[in-house]
Amino acid sequence: MARISLKVNGKSRAVETDPSTPLLYVLRDDLGLHGPRFGCGLGQCGACTVLVDGNSMRSCMIPASSVQNKSIVTLEGLGTVAHPHAIQAAFVEEQAAQCGFCMNGMVMGAKALLDKNPHPNVEEIKKSLNSYICRCGTHLRVIRAIQRVANSTVKA
Amino acid sequence: METKTISRRDLLKSTGVMIVGFSFFGSAAKVLAQGSGLSVDGMDPTVLDSWLAISKDGTVTVFTGKVELGTGVVTALAQIVAEELDVSFSKVYMDSGDTDTAVDQGVTAAARTIERGGPQLRQASAAARQELLKLASARLDSPVEKLTVTDGVVSVIGSPAKKIAYGDLLGGKKFNIKIVASGVGWDMKVAPEIPSKNYKDYKVVGQSIPRVDLPGKFTGEFVYSQDVTVPGMLHGRSVRPATSLSAPLSIDESSIKNIPGVVRVVHEGNFVGVVAQTEWAAIQAARALKVTWAEPTLKMPSGPDEVFDYLKNTKSFKDNVVTNKGNLDTAFSQAHKKYEATYYWPFQLHGMIGPPCAVADVQGDKATIWTGTQGPFRTRDAIALLLKVPPKNVHLLYREGSGSYGRLESDDVAEDAALMSRAVGKPVRVQWMREDEHAWDPKGPAQYSTVRAGVDAQGNVIAWDYMDRSLPWTESEANPLLASSQMGMKPSGPGFLNGAGGGGQIYTFENQKVLAASIPWVQQGEWPLRTSNLRAPGDLARVFASESSIDEIAADQHVDPLQFRLRYLTSDKRISEILVATAKQAGWTARPAPGLSSSGTKATGRGIAVANRANTMTAAVAEVEVDKTTGEVIVKKITLGHDCGLIVNPNGLKNQIEGNILQGVSRALLEEVQFDSTGQTNLDWNSYPVIRFEQVPEVEIVLTNRPEMQPLGGGEPSIVPITAAIANAIFDATGARVRRVPFTPERVLSAMKA
Repeated sequence: MARISLKVNGKSRAVETDPSTPLLYVLRDDLGLHGPRFGCGLGQCGACTVLVDGNSMRSCMIPASSVQNKSIVTLEGLGTVAHPHAIQAAFVEEQAAQCGFCMNGMVMGAKALLDKNPHPNVEEIKKSLNSYICRCGTHLRVIRAIQRVANSTVKA
Repeated sequence: METKTISRRDLLKSTGVMIVGFSFFGSAAKVLAQGSGLSVDGMDPTVLDSWLAISKDGTVTVFTGKVELGTGVVTALAQIVAEELDVSFSKVYMDSGDTDTAVDQGVTAAARTIERGGPQLRQASAAARQELLKLASARLDSPVEKLTVTDGVVSVIGSPAKKIAYGDLLGGKKFNIKIVASGVGWDMKVAPEIPSKNYKDYKVVGQSIPRVDLPGKFTGEFVYSQDVTVPGMLHGRSVRPATSLSAPLSIDESSIKNIPGVVRVVHEGNFVGVVAQTEWAAIQAARALKVTWAEPTLKMPSGPDEVFDYLKNTKSFKDNVVTNKGNLDTAFSQAHKKYEATYYWPFQLHGMIGPPCAVADVQGDKATIWTGTQGPFRTRDAIALLLKVPPKNVHLLYREGSGSYGRLESDDVAEDAALMSRAVGKPVRVQWMREDEHAWDPKGPAQYSTVRAGVDAQGNVIAWDYMDRSLPWTESEANPLLASSQMGMKPSGPGFLNGAGGGGQIYTFENQKVLAASIPWVQQGEWPLRTSNLRAPGDLARVFASESSIDEIAADQHVDPLQFRLRYLTSDKRISEILVATAKQAGWTARPAPGLSSSGTKATGRGIAVANRANTMTAAVAEVEVDKTTGEVIVKKITLGHDCGLIVNPNGLKNQIEGNILQGVSRALLEEVQFDSTGQTNLDWNSYPVIRFEQVPEVEIVLTNRPEMQPLGGGEPSIVPITAAIANAIFDATGARVRRVPFTPERVLSAMKA
């Protein structure tokens, strides 16, 4: 066991954990942040995505101890139901989910994309999100939600 | 959002308690009646209070056995209640899937929830409204006929000052009246004698009300079964062999002694699991634990071909003859030309993105279970049987899991959690790993279908002989779940039939037989090839076969495939109308297939298919591009027509249809469970690919609303014609018939060379 210090959603957090623990379990079980989800533990589906220093990363694949000095943003760091981020609001507008289990990856993937490319076209959105799996088949709504943000003047 | 479990008992006893909605209604806290003195008598469907309660502030709490599976059905049910009671939608709170408080309305499945559960809630609401009007009549001293209701406030027509709110009428008290209810589950009829609202007066039903569960799903505030935490909770993982379940001959606990935080290796019967302080410790320990398993008694088939041979050559245990009319032998002997083809459908996964999860807290002879089962009561009863306690001692609280397209392993994982919790005496959270989910997903069954048809000299179909040979659902009500099976429980039947729709019975042929045969499958023990209902069970394969064959005959007769179908779609005008409307929207122009249009290496084509699933009519036009050198198929566009009677929530329905189309394309082009004698071989998303963003087609939807009809299902019918439409489009593009799903480049290329 080791003490690990993390900067999550702008706050410093310290946990006692096995240093090999993937970031996902520290976020979910130690810090109570349930936005990132366990989908495969293999980096294949994207449900566990978080931003590390602005880059989207699969939190199931990276040991928590390896990101101690980096800025981590989870889905909770974007907004709440009461005060949603522009991307989250757009997803609601488009009703862009069914079961919603993959949506953490979709929203965080959209955030990473829009931070780098505020006005992506449909092909760029598809390419950027191609490594995120949705089983319910809400892809078209996700694309429309991201377009909605890209076409608005609100900063994502 | 705080998660708090409050039983209905607490809810009714409590004084001004804040009910923090566990998930469905976001942060909408509901204040219940103060000092109501209500007691619990829930679950008896003949008691109105079992169905709903109205608090002093006018909030309507509905106690329903129906659950949200990600389809938006709970929002739609709330619309139906709001409509019938004449309250605004935001006043309705759905308390869903709690076995201590809900009426058992049967499992949430088969896209029948709106059709069956909807009228139950509608009639219970109509009964409540009738009683409220009776109370108001006395209080306002005005006959019921002179009363009107606006957003839960009853007033006298012409004297709007004379009014009283529902909340004040009941004063937080119970209705205390009996209603008529008969039958059980889906078939339960509730208060059928009470008139319900005329559809012409609908204000809430028919509106695209946004789903109540979605906002929190985009922020992390929604509480899935995977997110349930209870104080003192430990983490468990199940340990199972790679092929069929067998006995653990030895368990070497020293293999995990270096993993800190392991609490206990649980070994009961043939069940093995690991409980640990942390989730990561449980994962590592379950992977590292050395278990020597006995040689399995069940041998896995060498691969899919062996299963198809088995289906072809094995006597059925049940033949479901859907239609059998005329004289096929005579018709075939007189036929001018005969057609015969065989179609193959593989095992496919439900493939939910989040592996199933449950928290169990077993204390003495009582248990509390949180999980995402489609059948809260079914799973409660299974766990009671496993723990050998009466069902009433098990309290199951539904929490949504990852998307449900049929029977999920939420039931199985709940049993795993119950065994582990009982062993350690503490609450245990168990989530399966990805490889568990891929391997132990009760698969959509493999099917082998044959079509024989004959035409007369004028090209009219005079004989149609359809036969589906399908495995049943071995994971059906009569048969034990995984852990129960490992504890020695035996199945009591061969399983449930994989449906019988889609064999061409939509057409009127003079001599016609449609038969769905159920082929016995392994019953004793459990293995990765166990089976269950996968979205629109069996219909995809049957419609693929029947709609490919009708298309083949049309092409051979040089008749436009739409016109050819319409000749025989004479039994129901809804189905021919949706087919025509869909074709029109897709810009269909009459010509025979194949069109063989191509440019360079790319051939393009269009295909059409039509289906009736549980009286919801669907039609699809697929536009594809086929690479003639590689055999790769790209679905460019799907136009989908849908008639499910009265539409309750148009945008919610479109969401379902879009999802069905994309999942349909995925299952047609990509999906097949692979296995050999060592076990299932595709255990992750790379080896079992599903559709991704870059493969998503354009989608156009044609909705037919029939407000004068009852609402029918929308959760699965639209997946049914997709495969056939794509297969027919491939034929139109290339002149080649693909008869085995999925349509991989190799199979398409091989069909083109045949």
